Amino acid sequence: MQSGELHRLLLHVQGARGIARRYFITNGFDGALTMLGLMIGFFLSEHVDVSVAIKACLGAAVALCMSGLSSAYLSESAERKKELHELEQALIADLGNSDVGRASRLVPVVVALVNGMSPLLISLTIMTPLWMAQQGIALPLSPFLLASLIALLLMFLLGVLLARLSREFWLWSGLRALAIAAGTALIIIVISV
Amino acid sequence: MATIQKITLDVLKPHRPNALEFAAAVADLSQGMRVQVIVDAVDEKTESILLVIEGGEIDFDAISQRISEMGATLHSIDAVEVLGEQSDAGNAS
Repeated sequence: MQSGELHRLLLHVQGARGIARRYFITNGFDGALTMLGLMIGFFLSEHVDVSVAIKACLGAAVALCMSGLSSAYLSESAERKKELHELEQALIADLGNSDVGRASRLVPVVVALVNGMSPLLISLTIMTPLWMAQQGIALPLSPFLLASLIALLLMFLLGVLLARLSREFWLWSGLRALAIAAGTALIIIVISV
Repeated sequence: MATIQKITLDVLKPHRPNALEFAAAVADLSQGMRVQVIVDAVDEKTESILLVIEGGEIDFDAISQRISEMGATLHSIDAVEVLGEQSDAGNAS
């Protein structure tokens, strides 16, 4: 592919940045809250072996990743095919080999990767204290409690990211996301006790 | 063989790429090519444009291909200006 052709294709892909951002935040929330729920559950259960917790969290993280990949690809692909078909009808032309046609095949892949990798990376980050505890590294708090704090921090950062997009005050947006996480944690604690 | 000096094309294109990106992509075909895009009509999904190309080496087939690559369709050649070169037969007479 020549540089001019690549540049034109990227112009089309850049148009999907907003969708990718939305997916990143939506599924990032899913990843962070799922891990937060698991960590609180493990913490309240007591005597849960860290290696068991790691396997359970990894399972959830991979499932979230696969769910994000497949759901975003299928929905985005269907939407792009519909748009391409409508455009082809308006232009009375086959756009399969055009930049628009190539972009309509590439964009669902890019969006699916963002949607799948977002919860996976967030989940793996939250699991860091569990890996450290498994390696025998001394931690000041329970690895589950530390992981919960990381999940809360990541939720706050996702809120800050949202504020950057909406040009709101970052602290307010971050605290709002944090409140959602704290509310989730509270519900889990109430139903677990 | 006559060379094209200026050509005006009636083109139907999607909203993306926009007029500026469209003109730049055509102009990139040849150094010194001047491209003017005049938006004639805008529809829900498409826009009708007049593409005026002059200067540089105007290769109609390459322009036509570039237009297709960008998802647009060439409707008609609305105006053309060519410069003829004297043929051998013309020299002999």
